[in-house]
Amino acid sequence: MNTLWQISRIWKPVVFIACLLPAVLVVTDAFGITGHLGANPVEAIQDRFGNWALRFIMITLAVTPLRRMTGWNWLVRFRRMLGLFAFFYVLLHFLTWLILDQGLLMSAILEDIVERPFITIGFIALVLLTAMALTSTNGMRRRLGRRWQKLHNSVYLVGILGVWHYWWQVKQDIAEPLVYAVILAILLGARVWWRARARGRVNVPQL
Amino acid sequence: MLIKKPADIRPSEITSKENYLNRRQFMRAGAIAGSSLLVPPAMAAVVPARRRAVIRDIAPSPYSTDEEMNSYQDIATYNNFYEFGTGKSDPYANARDFKIRPWTITVEGEAEKTGAFDFDDFIKPFDLEERIYRMRCVEAWSMVIPWVGISLAEVVKYLQPTSRAKYVAFETLYDPEQMPGQNRRVLDWPYREGLTIAEATNPLAILAVGLYGEVIPNQNGAPIRLVVPWKYGFKGIKSIVTIRFTERQPKTSWNMANPREYGFYANVNPEVDHPRWSQARERRIGADLFASKQPTLMFNGYGEEVAYLYKDLNLRRNF
Repeated sequence: MNTLWQISRIWKPVVFIACLLPAVLVVTDAFGITGHLGANPVEAIQDRFGNWALRFIMITLAVTPLRRMTGWNWLVRFRRMLGLFAFFYVLLHFLTWLILDQGLLMSAILEDIVERPFITIGFIALVLLTAMALTSTNGMRRRLGRRWQKLHNSVYLVGILGVWHYWWQVKQDIAEPLVYAVILAILLGARVWWRARARGRVNVPQL
Repeated sequence: MLIKKPADIRPSEITSKENYLNRRQFMRAGAIAGSSLLVPPAMAAVVPARRRAVIRDIAPSPYSTDEEMNSYQDIATYNNFYEFGTGKSDPYANARDFKIRPWTITVEGEAEKTGAFDFDDFIKPFDLEERIYRMRCVEAWSMVIPWVGISLAEVVKYLQPTSRAKYVAFETLYDPEQMPGQNRRVLDWPYREGLTIAEATNPLAILAVGLYGEVIPNQNGAPIRLVVPWKYGFKGIKSIVTIRFTERQPKTSWNMANPREYGFYANVNPEVDHPRWSQARERRIGADLFASKQPTLMFNGYGEEVAYLYKDLNLRRNF
């Protein structure tokens, strides 16, 4: 049903536009067309990009488990795009902080990156995602060989750093970061489980 | 070190000597009226019960800033009032039907006048003033808010604390049916705050009952809340039902929740950072999207009025 042609000509553009929508809505909200950003627009923009960054990291990490459970192998065709959107929203989140929140004040930016641990870990996640985004092309994948997989496995670390960054930043109510932490634990836990089972360390009754 | 930048203080903000003397005289008169039960006050404070009703007989105050005020919209829709939810717009959405009458304020502890006061009786002896104050949140944003309130110093004098009273503690209403946020233990309810007697009798401290000349919106702490503009916003406890005079320093909610991050004093101080973020600068709500943050001032710019309170205190340790 889902031929390669359908995926690349129909579904990829559809998914692409859907993934872009949250960013478009931030802009149209900023201009008061689709809504508004409230009394503190800088905070609202930063929070929305940050939240979408976390969601796209989770969605990207969900591709493999979902594929294994359902047998929908075509899902993997969307993984790179979803990962690049995760990077895209992390970058927008970072640029909002850099330009709108810090006003490009270099001394304050460097102080925050070095002295505020939650900003440090967010920054590390951005650096890792940038490396993955830059090496996401087919050519780079071929050139890097085995090292490519190693580098791209750091997406698991990015997931942990991202949730940690959010958890550490909230003032008191950890309900929302807790939701991300639970989802991440399930997504990473599934991989650990499968790997352990493949090595025969865990005996499960076959269903 | 406190570096004074002349450019930060506009000439209009500096009180003339004449005004300053008048203010002293006015305050002394108020103090006499407040401490003597036989002298009827000049103006009996009356605050209507209806939402957004106009409050009459409000006197201006020399303590007001002439900085540009935040819009009613900003002040009434961007709130930290966890009793109504932890999101900034939750209080606006969830406090709509909050009942502000009948309202009882219980005075307890080391004072001559203790007991349960009906809200209207409680505020009657005092004069209503408009106080346009800067408000600096611990989250590094700020507003300029035209409160209507009564002097806390006058209230304290009126309640006649005993010689053993060293602190004033406040508590917010605990009513999970009306305050949905209290169904989750984000903080240890009821919300608690406190001041030293010296802080509570500083002329800047007020109990606010109005905003923009109208009855204070529910989400801003109706019917009565504390405003101490030289401290971080979380000291400004909302919807007060208990006032207690104590000998020992009272427990305060944010300090109980995270003593490493929130102290009892919580004075605005650009030199003492929050463990997780800088307090050197603040975002003024309502400023242009591309406006840069502005430097935070020591004691939120109220050093002239309050610095004497802390001259023997290590502010880095007592944050």
